Amino acid sequence: MQSLTNRSKVVVNKKMSFMEKLYLPEIAKGMMITLKHLFKKKVTIKYPEQKRPVAPVWRGWHVLKRDELGRENCTACGLCAVACPAEAITMTAAERKPGEENLYREEKYAAVYEINMLRCIFCGLCEEACPKEAIFLTDRNVPVDLLRDDFIFGKDKLVEGIEPEKRIDISVRARAHRQIES
Amino acid sequence: MEYSELIFKVIFVIAVFAVSLLIAMYSTYAERKIAAFMQDRVGPDRAGPFGILQPLADGVKMFMKEEIIPANADKALFILGPSLMMLTACMTGVVIPWGNSLIINGQEYILQITDVNIGILYIFAVISIGVYGIMIGGWASNNKYSLLGAIRASSQMISYELAMGMAIISLVMMTGTLSLREIVLQQPGAHWNVFYQPLGFLIFLVCAFAETNRTPFDLPECETELVGGYHTEYSSMKLGFYLFAEYINMFISSAVISALYFGGFNMPFIGGLGLSHNMLAILGVVFFFAKIFFFIFFFMWVRWTIPRFRYDQLMNLGWKVMIPLSIVNMLLTGLFLLWRNGLFHF
Repeated sequence: MQSLTNRSKVVVNKKMSFMEKLYLPEIAKGMMITLKHLFKKKVTIKYPEQKRPVAPVWRGWHVLKRDELGRENCTACGLCAVACPAEAITMTAAERKPGEENLYREEKYAAVYEINMLRCIFCGLCEEACPKEAIFLTDRNVPVDLLRDDFIFGKDKLVEGIEPEKRIDISVRARAHRQIES
Repeated sequence: MEYSELIFKVIFVIAVFAVSLLIAMYSTYAERKIAAFMQDRVGPDRAGPFGILQPLADGVKMFMKEEIIPANADKALFILGPSLMMLTACMTGVVIPWGNSLIINGQEYILQITDVNIGILYIFAVISIGVYGIMIGGWASNNKYSLLGAIRASSQMISYELAMGMAIISLVMMTGTLSLREIVLQQPGAHWNVFYQPLGFLIFLVCAFAETNRTPFDLPECETELVGGYHTEYSSMKLGFYLFAEYINMFISSAVISALYFGGFNMPFIGGLGLSHNMLAILGVVFFFAKIFFFIFFFMWVRWTIPRFRYDQLMNLGWKVMIPLSIVNMLLTGLFLLWRNGLFHF
């Protein structure tokens, strides 16, 4: 059989030669290898300071988008919760009161929207299911925490801010996604 | 003994003690750094610049850990084990000649705690007591893994001590003295014993690895078979003592190897520089420590290169290779000495 790489070696159970039986030359050989590695470039990425580049379609910490006027897109239709294979999403719907038009885009909105980040498998099906372009996955990683309860992210951690500088840009991911789909 | 000499000795004893602890401390750091570098990693680098405060953090961690003495353990022996190990590790530094001598106000101060005329023998005796530290600790834990580790350690150390002793005998045959200081003084310039006793050096080196329980002879603590070996049941600073003693032993072994075979504080091409006696002595100390550091590095280098032996291979190597080789080395040395003294008439 032809090997796919040149690295495969045929195992031969031959007797060791005298030089090999002495061990010391072989040990010296091995030590030269480790010595070489001592001066090699290190592969470590020092994580909090340095980060590995991620793909444009990276699926991380979800964001609940607002529209240009700062109104929440989500209408609490529950399609994301249905689509979620890990059953990580729960929500409670509420009706928009008069005077709240600047907060919510349509008459119905999610009063509570929770994603259990420990259950979430970051598959992105919620994003695909969403008819209102409300939920997106972003390139942010979910930070570590100490308590299981702290991994249930409510609206305070999911909805983006109204101010322009607090908006979370998903255009790169959306564009890359469109390219893949087309 | 004069008053000034007494003060000098006291200061020197404290200095040697502090330096061996410091070096043992930073050996743990060096070990982790070297291991990391050989595996293309960077190693500890968070505590302080380049992680140089890591040993302190480790020490604090060791002290803060809960101290557990197993219910079925023999309490007195359980505490005696690590104490004995640490005691013997610190005792061996006494006879190492760290440097030549300083002349202050016309008085000569030897840079050695005490120049016992049976220096090597003393070191051997103390190291042998160290086996009890392991054995007692393993026995007192009342745990089969600890006991197995302890038995391995003691049998390994006893069998390798034989070969080591015989390698030393051939050296002593050549030098005619057991005093470490005199052995070092007999190797001026580059007349190092390693050139006259290459086989003896090799045997001594291999046995030193076995004596200090370092890879490839670290069977007493091999994790895959024995959990932690003789210190499985130990926690907190008692475990710290065992680990620390290993590093002190490594430091002392490196010092003994450099003193016996690599000329100790002697260095080539320095006599012609016309430096004063004190200057030479200080340079000698620096040079001696350079040699020691090289050997500590060597210990670690080997550790992160070679996998450990199987136990039967270890015993085979000890009894069937090392001991015959050391006997042959002894015979060869004897013949060489006879020939040099003109006792052969061909």
